[in-house]
Amino acid sequence: MYRIDKSRLAELFAAISGNQDLFLPLRKADQTNYGLWSEEECFDLDTLKTVKSAKDCFFPQSEVLYRCKNEDGKLSIDPQKLCDRPFVVFGMRACDVKAIEVLDRVFLSDPVDTFYAARREHGTIVSLACHEPEETCFCKNFGIDAAEPGADVETWIIEDGLYWKPLTEKGEALTVSLAGLLENADAASTPDAAEKAEKAVAKEQSSIREIIEKLPLSHLDLSRFKPENTMELFDSPLWEELYKPCLACGTCTFVCPTCQCYDIRDFDGGKNGVQRYRCWDSCMYSDFTMMAHGNLRTSQMQRFRQRFMHKLVYYPANNDGLYSCVGCGRCVSKCPASLNIVKVIKKMGGEA
Amino acid sequence: MCECSCGGKTKPDTLIPMIGVITDIRTETPDVKTFRVVGRDGKKLFEHMPGQCAFVSVPGVGEAMFSITSSPTNTEFQEFSIKRCGTLTDYLHNMTAGEEITVRGPYGNSFPVETALKGQNLLFIAGGIGLAPLRSVINYVLDKRDSYGAVDILYGSRSMDDLVQLKEIREVWAKTPGVDVYLTIDREQEGWDGHVGFVPSYLKELEFATDKTVLVCGPPIMIKFVLAALTEMGFDKTQVYTTLELRMKCGVGKCGRCNIGSKYVCKDGPVFRCDEIDELPPEY
Amino acid sequence: MQELITRAKELLADGTVSRVLGWKKGDMGWDPEPAYFEKEEDLKDFVYNPFCGANLSKYLIAAGKLPGTTLVFLKPCDTYSFNQLTKEHRVKREKTYIIGVGCHGTLKAEKVLSAGIKGIEDAAIEGDTLKVKTLYGEKEMPLMDALLERCQVCKGKTHVVFDELIGAEEGEEAGPGGLAGNRFAKVEELEAMPPKERFAFWQEQLSKCIRCNACRNVCPACSCLKCVFDGNQFDSSQKANADTFEEQMFHIIRAYHVAGRCTDCGECSRVCPEGIPLQLLNRKFIKDINTFYGEYQAGADTESRAPLTDFTFEDVEPGIVSERGGGR
Repeated sequence: MYRIDKSRLAELFAAISGNQDLFLPLRKADQTNYGLWSEEECFDLDTLKTVKSAKDCFFPQSEVLYRCKNEDGKLSIDPQKLCDRPFVVFGMRACDVKAIEVLDRVFLSDPVDTFYAARREHGTIVSLACHEPEETCFCKNFGIDAAEPGADVETWIIEDGLYWKPLTEKGEALTVSLAGLLENADAASTPDAAEKAEKAVAKEQSSIREIIEKLPLSHLDLSRFKPENTMELFDSPLWEELYKPCLACGTCTFVCPTCQCYDIRDFDGGKNGVQRYRCWDSCMYSDFTMMAHGNLRTSQMQRFRQRFMHKLVYYPANNDGLYSCVGCGRCVSKCPASLNIVKVIKKMGGEA
Repeated sequence: MCECSCGGKTKPDTLIPMIGVITDIRTETPDVKTFRVVGRDGKKLFEHMPGQCAFVSVPGVGEAMFSITSSPTNTEFQEFSIKRCGTLTDYLHNMTAGEEITVRGPYGNSFPVETALKGQNLLFIAGGIGLAPLRSVINYVLDKRDSYGAVDILYGSRSMDDLVQLKEIREVWAKTPGVDVYLTIDREQEGWDGHVGFVPSYLKELEFATDKTVLVCGPPIMIKFVLAALTEMGFDKTQVYTTLELRMKCGVGKCGRCNIGSKYVCKDGPVFRCDEIDELPPEY
Repeated sequence: MQELITRAKELLADGTVSRVLGWKKGDMGWDPEPAYFEKEEDLKDFVYNPFCGANLSKYLIAAGKLPGTTLVFLKPCDTYSFNQLTKEHRVKREKTYIIGVGCHGTLKAEKVLSAGIKGIEDAAIEGDTLKVKTLYGEKEMPLMDALLERCQVCKGKTHVVFDELIGAEEGEEAGPGGLAGNRFAKVEELEAMPPKERFAFWQEQLSKCIRCNACRNVCPACSCLKCVFDGNQFDSSQKANADTFEEQMFHIIRAYHVAGRCTDCGECSRVCPEGIPLQLLNRKFIKDINTFYGEYQAGADTESRAPLTDFTFEDVEPGIVSERGGGR
């Protein structure tokens, strides 16, 4: 365990970004989102939920796959260079960390998505425990502990200090590189500091867990969402009722840390060639399944159903029961029509 | 090997295509053309199995998944029979031999030609452009004639002019021993002395024995009625294979749009045994 | 609220309407969702409180295709949207029974939550104060700090179309507590900025856009069956942006498309997950229309000809752009 004064965080960030890119929650135009740190930027570790998750750092909303030129009828293809520069993502919450595992199972399964894999390889994640989880949080239902956020390094902000605990080789390496800044609170070398730090963290953890226990959405019944109920859930008349206010926008999809569907499109730069890029897509959009000769999901109800069936039934069926929801609650606070996965879980799960 | 500037050092992502050269374009019907494609070195782009698909693209126009209609036993090239029905296919139809496109693949599973189909009597049922994926299997089976039993091919289209690969059907398939070909068109037409009627009703008239494994491909409505007819004739769903067609972008089960139930049609399909399809939510 | 439920039950019972379009209780007390009620007993979940910001007018496009009449509860500013949709032949007045509901301002839940008010159960407006019933007792905050932007500059409590009113009087004055701010104040502020500064403002705001299309999909003026941004055949179709400021194209094109039809209902800003003040783009058009063609309020009636789709010899000439110092 290590510790640094909260007042020295800017120094810490400067030190990290000296060796690699650093992405962390930045306050810009009244909103907090992950962005590239520089001294002019204003970091914000108090906002619990960034608008978008840190998904962008590994699976950007838009990225070029390759460039293609046609010169006198001869085509040439120039693949986009893979990420080869180390970077650190600081401040990811436990839910967003878990979401990376959900994404890994998609992008790192055979055949590996090399663009994503390169970013995972070069990225080090420093997580941050949630000091005060909010009422829109429901991570507990998915076995996530916001008091122990995991990843390469996990940290807690307690009063005027940041407590730092490396968990992996990558985390150790980052810690070593910051040796001049982080105060050692290791049991072997500094037993007193270690005891103090362990105590402070343990106290913080139990306080976080106490709050979570009391949150209104912490105890959802997910028992009906399993592969053997696929048809029963799919055919439920409740979808017809649930989807009604849905505006068919992509807010839930784009703020979701686990949504991973994408589109591949061309940007025609004329003489400069064509950039084939991929970008996030949403199963809520009507053109998602549109083909030249028709659309297999013609109603918003079907599209709405697909999103939740995928998260709660289809994805778990392929991934040892792991749900493709981490309970971050972004959809709960952002849906323009106040729809969200909690309402689906309650209604379809028989609670409401 | 890829044609990119990496110099072949790293294995490119599956989303990065190869460059293909169109060496021949055959007009099959007023709206279907068959494109023969090789690599720039004149050789076949990749090996595939019958039923597999590949993405064909014209950069700046679009990219779409097509089934490979040539047989794996063809060592020289790949062929795609493509119906004109959108922006990309329009563009492809206006291309000429010698022009370049991009191709990536093969993707998806294949008809179980080396396992479940081996030694079986086979009944192929196709409608319109649905012959494209089945042609790959038919030519594979014909090239390894001794490994399979009797072959029946029932193929129908709207009109005489809409039957694809007619030359090959008449000159090769119909003349191969142990192969029976049944053609039909939807409506009477001058110059046609063959059968007239929809594929499902012709199927019932033909009264095939149920000792066959059936491979079906065609428009969804035809498949629906063919399956009903087969059930009526006493075939079990485990004897019937078909291929599904959905919107696809990646080909590797990640982009999400061909997801039905826990399956991704591009990766877990496109070939499904009909009893497997029954277990999926009806979204195809 | 009880009065609304009682009346809705009566109208359902006597067959005047086949369904009720209103708001349904959410999980949190601050997240009611737009909902249809078809049976009297369903109305137990009906709610109307200051968190019911959603403008239900656009849902009537779909409701108009259902058999029978739909009862809808519209707040004063929602009625402008309904009128405008009637004018554009998108909703059916004769298949809609409108109860105009009184409104003292609607809330931005995020503002209430970030003021530290938690465990919200219900809210009520008393004068300039917002009183919130919470799990931890009653909390208060200044109303102005909790309101949606559109309510801070309320354009009036008058319902321009209704079958009956509940909790409202005909021809009421504007604003929460009768106080309306100048809705063009921020536009004027932007106009006064040097171009570079103004560009920087919009660049910072618009580069937050995640292209979720919530603004478009919620907008009552965006009722095209097929949006140009959803087409595949044009480069206009993007789900992501070629560069970080390309979002401007989406928002500016959209602002042009709704110009003269936008009633300033403020739904675009209400739903934006990134808090982009999109209403300012539309309001700039409204302000210019007022300047060039005389005061005009889209949706105030269903008959008048809109300035931008009408021709008169008094219309301004294109030269107005350079006269005003634009295009420099």
